[in-house]
Amino acid sequence: MSAKKKRIHQFIVVDADKCTGCETCESVCSFVHDGEFNPIKSRIHRVRIEPILNIALACQKCEDAPCIRACPEKALDKNEDGSIIVDEDKCNGCGFCVRACDFGVITLHLDTQKALVCDLCESMREEFIDPEVGKKEPQCIVVCPKEAIALKNVEQIGEETRIEAVKRLFADQLADLK
Amino acid sequence: MSKTKEVVIPDELTGYSQTRLDVDLTNGKIEKSEISGEFCRDWIGGYGFAAKVLWDELKPGVDPLSPDNVFVYAHGPFPTTIIPTSSKYGVFAKSPLTGLFGMSISSGSVGAQARRAGINMIVFNGKASEPVYMVVDDDDYYLEPCEKTLWGKGCWETEEILRDEFQDQRLAVMAIGPAGERMSLIGCITNDRNRQAGRTGMGAVMGSKNLKALCFRGIKGIKVAKPVEFYKMAKKLIKVANGPATSKYRDLGTPSGITSYNKLGMFPTYNHREGTWEKITDGTFTGDSLNEDWVVKKVACSQCAIACDHIARVPKTHPEWPNLFASIDVEICYSFGSSCGNSDWPTVFKCVALCDDLGIDAISGGVTAAMACELYDLGLITKDDLGYELPFGSTTNLVRFTEEMIMGKGFAGEIFGDGTKVAGSRLEEMGRKNASYYGMHIKGLEMPAFDLHGMSSFAVGEGVSIRGACHLRNGAYGLDAKGTFDRFGYDKPLERGNAIKKLEDTYAVIDSYIICKFTRGIYENDAEMAKVYELVTGIPVTDEFIFHRGDAIVTLSKCFNIREGATRADDHPPERFFKEAHKKGPAKGVTLDEKGFQKLLSGYYEARGWDTETGIPTDETLKNLGLDFVIGKLKPAGGKKK
Repeated sequence: MSAKKKRIHQFIVVDADKCTGCETCESVCSFVHDGEFNPIKSRIHRVRIEPILNIALACQKCEDAPCIRACPEKALDKNEDGSIIVDEDKCNGCGFCVRACDFGVITLHLDTQKALVCDLCESMREEFIDPEVGKKEPQCIVVCPKEAIALKNVEQIGEETRIEAVKRLFADQLADLK
Repeated sequence: MSKTKEVVIPDELTGYSQTRLDVDLTNGKIEKSEISGEFCRDWIGGYGFAAKVLWDELKPGVDPLSPDNVFVYAHGPFPTTIIPTSSKYGVFAKSPLTGLFGMSISSGSVGAQARRAGINMIVFNGKASEPVYMVVDDDDYYLEPCEKTLWGKGCWETEEILRDEFQDQRLAVMAIGPAGERMSLIGCITNDRNRQAGRTGMGAVMGSKNLKALCFRGIKGIKVAKPVEFYKMAKKLIKVANGPATSKYRDLGTPSGITSYNKLGMFPTYNHREGTWEKITDGTFTGDSLNEDWVVKKVACSQCAIACDHIARVPKTHPEWPNLFASIDVEICYSFGSSCGNSDWPTVFKCVALCDDLGIDAISGGVTAAMACELYDLGLITKDDLGYELPFGSTTNLVRFTEEMIMGKGFAGEIFGDGTKVAGSRLEEMGRKNASYYGMHIKGLEMPAFDLHGMSSFAVGEGVSIRGACHLRNGAYGLDAKGTFDRFGYDKPLERGNAIKKLEDTYAVIDSYIICKFTRGIYENDAEMAKVYELVTGIPVTDEFIFHRGDAIVTLSKCFNIREGATRADDHPPERFFKEAHKKGPAKGVTLDEKGFQKLLSGYYEARGWDTETGIPTDETLKNLGLDFVIGKLKPAGGKKK
C-alpha cells in the first residue's frame, strides 16, 4: 500500500439522534450533480425504520475497500482524500461493487448505469458553488437542517466517544465543579 | 379571465408534471390526460385544482357516499424539491360529514413519491365492485383487488403489507382502516404511519368507493426553471425554517400552545365548558411535561426542515399499553386530553394510536368522546347505555369508548361512530332532549383546539371556514391571541373582515402550493412567496396575482357550498359560546354576543365582496375573480346534510 493511502480520511457521518429522516440530503445530492431533484440518483441514502430510527448513510471510505476488490473491470480506485473514484470508461455497470459494499452506499446511476458513490461533492456542478465559499464542499452538510451530517475521521470519532465516556464516568466530579 | 391572461406561460413548464389520471372505479378504466399550463397558472395546485374540478365535474346534490361523488387527489408544483415542507398532498370531495366542500391535507412521503411517479392529480369516479387498491408505479397504473389481503386491516398493517409486497420500504401508501371501510363519517386516511388526511371524512369517501389504499413510487427527477437562483433561495429558506420562525413547532412542538392558550382562557377544557385548566396551570398537562417525560424522537416529513412530529413512547413497564408509540400534537392533547378532562398521558397516546391505525380523525374522534363525557356527566347517556362509566377524566374506559366508536360497535359505536352532529340527532330521536347542544362542531366538522368564548374575531374566522370548524383555513385565532382587535368586543367589522380575508387568501395559496402552514413565517414577504413559485415553475407571477388567485379559490369553494345549500346560518359557532360563560379564567363571565357576531360576519362578507345579507358572492365579484362561469349557477341543489 502506498504512503498516500495511509492518510486518515474524512467521511460523511450522520448523527442518528439528530437525523429526522427528511431526505433533504438525498434531494440536494442529485440536484448539485445532475441538476434535478431525485433521491434515486443520490450518493447519500436515508434509511427509516419505523417508528423512530432515522439515519442517512454514505461511503465510509473503508481502508481495504471491498468495492474496489470486487470490481472485475478495475474501474474503482481511491483518490488522495480516500474517496472512491469511478473510471466511467471502464465501469460496465455489472454491480459487483454494489453487492460487495457492507453499507449499501454504492449504487448504479439510473441513467448511466455506472457506479455511483459519494466523492464529497468533488464532481458537483460548478454553478452551484456558493460564491462566498468559493470551492466545492459536501452539499448535504450545507443543507442539512439539523446539522446532523458532518465530515469526520475515525480518530475524531474516537476522541468524541472518549470525551462522552469520561463525562459519564466522572459525572459527579463534573457536577461538583459547576 | 380578467387578470390571469397577462401572466405568460413559458414554453416549458417545470415543477408541474401536468399529468391527470381519471380513474373510473366502476369499470376499472384509467385514462391519462395533460393539465394545461393555463389551468396550472390559474388554479396553482392542490386546493385550487380540486376547487375547479369539483365545481365543474361534481353533480350538485349527490349523496357523498354514493358512486356519484368525485374524489380528487392533488398536489402542487413543489414536491421533491427542497423547498421546506414541499411533500404535501390534498384529498378533496363532497364531504359526507358536512355535505359541503370536503378537503384534507397531509404530507409524509406521498407528495414526493407521487410527483416522482409523474402524477399531478387523480380524479376518481364511480365505485369498484370489490375492494381494490390503486398502484401508481411510475408509468404503470392499475387497480388491484384486495378483499382477502388488505380489507379489514388497520392502516399500519396495510402499509407494512404493501411495502413488503413491493419490497420497497419507501413505497408511499395512503390507506383507510376499518372505520373508513364502514364509512364512518369521521373516517380518515393514514400515510407514513403518523400522517393523516384526517378532516371532513375523506376516509369514508374512499370506503364508499371500495378503495382501500393508494400507493406511489417513482424515479422521475424534478427540474426547476431557474436552478442557481432557486438553490440560493432554498438554502436560505431551509435555514430560516430551522430558526426562530418555527421554534415552537420544533422544540416543544405545537403542545407548547397548551400553556400559552391556557393563560388566555382559550384552551378548551371539559368540552368547551371552560378555557383554562388547573392541570395545565400546575404543570401536569403541558408541552413541557409531555416532552420531558414522554417524547423520544422528533421525525420529519420528506423535505421538511422543521420535524414537528413528536413521537411519544409508553414504557415497556406500563400495565395497560406497554411499549406504545404515538405521534402527538396539540390538537389531540385537547381532543382526547383537556376536553375529556383527561390528564393521563398514556391514555391520550393510546386513543390517538387507535385513531391513526384504525382510521378516524383524532380531532373529530376526541371531540366526539368529549361530547359523550359531558352527556354522561349530565345523565343524558348512562352506564346502562354504554356498559361502563364514562365521566370526565376516564382513562381505560375512554380507550374502550374510543375503540368502539371507531369500529362502530356497541352503544358507543352505534351512536357516536359518525361524529358529534349525527350523535346529537340520534340521541334526540331516542328522546334525549337537547343532546345536539353538546356537539362542538361547525357545519358538522368538530372544532379544533381553540375555545371561542373570548375570541370574537376567530368566532367569525372559524364560522366562515369552508370545510367547517377549522383553524387552518385562515388562522384568525392569531387576531385574538395577539390582540390585533378587541377579542371581547365587536368594533371595526370591515377591518376585521379584511384581516380575515387577507389571511384566508394566503392560506388558500399555501394549500394550493401545497406547503405546510408551519412555514408561513419563513418567507420575508409576500413577494418572496410568489418568487419561489416563479423559480420552480417559470411562470412569472407577482404576489398580487397569486393572492388574487387565492381569493378566487376561496370564493369558488364558497360557491360550491352555496350550490349544495349552505346559507348564512351555517357560518355560525355552536350555541354554547353564546349562552354559557366560563366560570373562571381570563374569559370569566364572557359569552359571544349574537348581534355583535352577526355584525362582524357581515363585515367579513363585505370585505370579500359577497352579499352582506346572504353571503353569496356578487356577480361583480365573480367577474373580478375570473369566476364568470359560476354566474347564474348558484341555485342551491339542497344536498347539504340536515
